[in-house]
Amino acid sequence: MIPDRARGLAVARRGQWIAGLGLVLLAGVYIMAQRFTPMEVSQGLAQKIFYLHVPAAWTSLLVFSIVGITSALYLWLRDERLDLFAASSAEVGVVFSIIMLTTGPLWAKPIWGTWWQWDARLTLTLFLFFLFVGYLSLRAAVPDAGERARYSAVVAILGFLLVPFVHLSVYLFRTIHPMPVVLKPSAPSLPDSMLRTLLIAFVVDLVLYIGFVTARYGLGLVAHARAAELEDRTDA
Amino acid sequence: MGNGLRAALALAARDVRAELRSRTALTSALVFAALVLVVFNFARDPTRLGVADLAPSALWITFAFGAMTTLNRAFAIEKEHGALDLLRLAPMPREAIYAGKLLANLAFVGVVEAVALPLFVVFFNRPVWHVLGPLLLVTALATIGFVAVGTLLSAMAVRTRFAELMLPLLLLPFMLPPVIGAVQVTARLFADRPLSEVSGWLRLLAVYDVVFVTISVLIFPAVADE
Amino acid sequence: MRPSDGSLLTAIDIERAFGARRALAGVSLVVHPGEAVLLAGPNGAGKTTLLRCLAGLARPTRGTVQVHGRALRVGDAASRRHIGMVAHQTWLHDDLTLLENLAFAARLHGMPRPREVAAAALERAGLGARAGELPPSLSRGMQQRAAIARALLHEPDIVLLDEPFSGLDAAACTALRATMTGVVAGEGAVIVVSHQPNEVWDVVTRVVGLRAGRVMFDTPKTDTSAALTSELSELGVG
Repeated sequence: MIPDRARGLAVARRGQWIAGLGLVLLAGVYIMAQRFTPMEVSQGLAQKIFYLHVPAAWTSLLVFSIVGITSALYLWLRDERLDLFAASSAEVGVVFSIIMLTTGPLWAKPIWGTWWQWDARLTLTLFLFFLFVGYLSLRAAVPDAGERARYSAVVAILGFLLVPFVHLSVYLFRTIHPMPVVLKPSAPSLPDSMLRTLLIAFVVDLVLYIGFVTARYGLGLVAHARAAELEDRTDA
Repeated sequence: MGNGLRAALALAARDVRAELRSRTALTSALVFAALVLVVFNFARDPTRLGVADLAPSALWITFAFGAMTTLNRAFAIEKEHGALDLLRLAPMPREAIYAGKLLANLAFVGVVEAVALPLFVVFFNRPVWHVLGPLLLVTALATIGFVAVGTLLSAMAVRTRFAELMLPLLLLPFMLPPVIGAVQVTARLFADRPLSEVSGWLRLLAVYDVVFVTISVLIFPAVADE
Repeated sequence: MRPSDGSLLTAIDIERAFGARRALAGVSLVVHPGEAVLLAGPNGAGKTTLLRCLAGLARPTRGTVQVHGRALRVGDAASRRHIGMVAHQTWLHDDLTLLENLAFAARLHGMPRPREVAAAALERAGLGARAGELPPSLSRGMQQRAAIARALLHEPDIVLLDEPFSGLDAAACTALRATMTGVVAGEGAVIVVSHQPNEVWDVVTRVVGLRAGRVMFDTPKTDTSAALTSELSELGVG
């Protein structure tokens, strides 16, 4: 990876613009959810969190998959940029998974009367959070850059392979122990207007992801350039 | 291939011999297992929760955490003496290093389980003789799963500053499918349900083992090589 | 089989870098039988990194290492039979006797009758009487002697040593120098990293000076010692 501070700054700035756009769009989604989407009959106002929670969940899963796939590519091609991209994605992904984990209970409590449910979806989201945290903690704990890249790539790949097993295990668990569910969180028969808002919210989350990951990646390039300058100075 | 297998067995034998001499990992794991079983028995309200409800969970929490305390040992020793380099200098494939460590870890965890099970029978007054075969099968399947991943993760965790914290943090998500499956099967075995009822879980455990042992063997060189 | 130039070990344009850190940049080296090469240089020059690349313990990000004319890939087993290494750490397992430690190494190299081979090697190293003891009960000098015996067990013709003299008493140093001379005399080669060249000066036939991951000079020791000494001190080495 060639140290290039100027390019890093340019990339970071572009990312910040995209993220800014995403935040504006997010405000738009909020308004849309409030005004232009019908109120859900039984759940009431609390159901609106749905438009924040579900897209965040989808985005977390997508981002986690990206981290897993990019990590596998890194181990194969050994291109440092892939490692930087995976790490940047993980940092953004963990934020989405925190949003998902906090909005989930906020929604569940007024609707179901409990903060948490061990159903397949929620359990999986909790696991994604743990896997993200594990990945980022490992990166923080390994001082050597090459080792850090390899180790975190291994953890990301293993985690990626784990996801279907977690889903299957909890699913099997649930079919044997059906728990009373007052309302299905996202019934297949969603009215079009709700589905539309949901999908738009998901796209906005993607914009946010792209913006933040680009910004983070750019900052990573700047940090790399700075480290290279430091190296050259101490070499002389 | 033959050379690799021979080297892996030599490595496993060496680790077992060394552990038998010092017994540090085994002793701490066994004490820990006994403690967990005792605490479990007292940490419940006897009027509300019958022993039968708690038994499968108690057994598997004991197995799982007992295993965790031994797992760091295999690679920690190498790190102490830098001896992973010695293994990497030898004409043995990297995968064989993993295989040797895996076999040694399975032996250690197996010993912990072999001691914890009779203790469990005694403390919880739960006869297991009539389901011993299936119980051993599910124990083997679940143990292979989390020890395989644990061996790989501990190779990385020992090189961090907080190895004792890093291994559980990384390993816990990977213990979920084996432990859920194991507890479900164990509960049904204790309830004298027919084995056919748990075939789905056993299959899940088997697939988990195949996938994760394979991926660990294949990916270990990325961990071992600088 | 040997390559046409008869070299034992060849490094071609080795680079090892990750991120901003460049440990080695464009290092090339050819080592022939009968040579004892000293890798000298200040701390952080990349000596240990180079040695590890030559040993096959570290993979260079660019360039290749060849052993007996054959590319050494990190996972490659065959070439490693030619290499023996002595590091600063002894790599001895504290819970196994010297005999068990060496027998294990013999087993890894696929040698028949490992325990006998190990016992014989310990005898030769003057440690026969202590073969049944655990490493912690032995002095560092004795441990290092056992480590050297282990490194030579499979009769490698390329012996790499990384700061092997640290912590050794005078007698052990002399014994180590004798061992190195023995390898060189047997048409093998020795590459030693040391930031104290005095310890190994008598044995050395060639000096390679490194700084900041690059080769500064590479000369035989038959040069007038004055020129060599000044180059070494320029590097900041005793």
